[in-house]
Amino acid sequence: MSATLPDAAPASPGEETPERRFPTAPLFLSGPAALLFAALVLTPLFLTALLSFNQFDYATGRTGGFTLEHYLAVVTDEYYLEIFLRTFRISALATAICVVIGVPEAYILSRMSNPWRSIFLLVILAPLLVSVVVRAFGWSMLLGPEGPVNGALIALGIGRMKLLYSEGTVVVALVHVMLPFMVIPVWTSLQKLDPAVEQAALSFGASRATAIVRVVAPQVLPGILSGSLIVFGLSASAFAIPGLLGGRRLKMVATVVYDQYLSDLNWPMGAAVAVILLAANLIIMLTYHRMVEGHYRRRLG
Amino acid sequence: MTRNGPAALFFHTLVVIFMLAPLVIVCLVAFTPENTLSLPTRGFSLRWFEAVFHHPDFVQSFWNSLWLAVLSATLAVALAVPASLAITRWEFPGRGFLNALFLSPLIIPHLVLGVAMLRLFAVVGAAGSFGWLVAAHMVIVTPYVMRLLIAAISGFDRSVEQAAFSLGASEATVFRRVTLPMILPGVTGGWLIAFINSFDELTMSIFITSPSTVTLPVRMYMYATESIDPMMAAVSALIIGITAVAVLLLDRVYGLDRILVGQH
Repeated sequence: MSATLPDAAPASPGEETPERRFPTAPLFLSGPAALLFAALVLTPLFLTALLSFNQFDYATGRTGGFTLEHYLAVVTDEYYLEIFLRTFRISALATAICVVIGVPEAYILSRMSNPWRSIFLLVILAPLLVSVVVRAFGWSMLLGPEGPVNGALIALGIGRMKLLYSEGTVVVALVHVMLPFMVIPVWTSLQKLDPAVEQAALSFGASRATAIVRVVAPQVLPGILSGSLIVFGLSASAFAIPGLLGGRRLKMVATVVYDQYLSDLNWPMGAAVAVILLAANLIIMLTYHRMVEGHYRRRLG
Repeated sequence: MTRNGPAALFFHTLVVIFMLAPLVIVCLVAFTPENTLSLPTRGFSLRWFEAVFHHPDFVQSFWNSLWLAVLSATLAVALAVPASLAITRWEFPGRGFLNALFLSPLIIPHLVLGVAMLRLFAVVGAAGSFGWLVAAHMVIVTPYVMRLLIAAISGFDRSVEQAAFSLGASEATVFRRVTLPMILPGVTGGWLIAFINSFDELTMSIFITSPSTVTLPVRMYMYATESIDPMMAAVSALIIGITAVAVLLLDRVYGLDRILVGQH
């Protein structure tokens, strides 16, 4: 289509680059990747959105027709309401704990000098690259009835506690998986911070706490916000952690979608929950994007 | 030395223990001589590693995952190099849309991609096909590759290319002898991060693998929901080992902090 629009790029004289002679080049270059994404992102999402409006016949397992019942079920059925509420509660709690742990940790890391800084940054961030199944499995061993945490509780005289398959365990494991996503953006905003500003506050007689609250915190706020939204979004759609550590009763949104698709075989219902999850994620991310853009515009303007 | 006070260092120590504890315990339990999940208090044994290598399902899943990761990372790089050149160097209609589309798998939950692919594969009759699984993995690893490539391409001096052109080099020669060598750290770094992400992927794959294409994370998930014995710890320790090697390579080639911190 843009083969007919060779002047789409503002042609500035004296900047003649070889590509300008081939205005169709970008389409050829990005074509294969665009085809892949059209076939395997746009098409399947569209098909799934359609599927979520199909009726489902439990007796025959057939789907077809048009209905809103799956979306109505999500907002009226107590089973789904409870699961969405629990997912929200667990994700919000995990996000709050990530802020409380991740923000000070990023600050401490930024005040270290090399090589410790690089080593500990690696220690905090590298678990991100280890499969989440392995990390969930590690937590199930740590918190299991014979695990070291229970061993410590017995040694302290508190006695054995049933830790697995509880909301608390899911939250702890989620915090472990998500913490790097909080440290990264806060660390990035701390890198942009001029340490002289904090020094200036201290030399004018501000206490360390005042300097942190009045000088450092406002400047890393966008990083904290960014990290919170990423952590919340990823927690709300987490699958392996509630699947392995939540047990059969403690369902979250992702594990319910899995059950609908692979046990109940009610694909339209699963599709409706998945569409809601996707919409919620996109709304969160786009709101954030606009907030950040507004923030930078205010700063620049 | 650090400028942190003792309270800060104590807090930092707790965080480091918290981050490492689950990985350390997995590696320790993998060497237990007992039949149950327990720390190796009475000597070390390699029996559970031996059990993994004699478990045909795990061996097959390992090879599935390895091939899947190698193929999807390689093909994703092959598509992403020209696509990121197009996005970084040209203004064309639809450029912003394509850029957003190529990065979209980062904000679409893998669960949603999984059910969507499952539906697509059912419609086109591709359920259980390894080729389609590779294509699905290409979609989820491409954004990681593109980000590194776009950073590499926009950060380099075009005058070198122009010098080559003015000396009479053809487009193909310039790409092969000038452009590619200059973006090579981005290409290899992108390949490695794509490999790791594909090798680790669980949530999408669990919907679209068939008994013959089950990947290692999916096999582990299925196994862990039914029974847990020290063999799981041995598989996990092997995965941690493989990931550690890839991470060290990545750090050498591109710098791990650059990849991870540059992510957001």
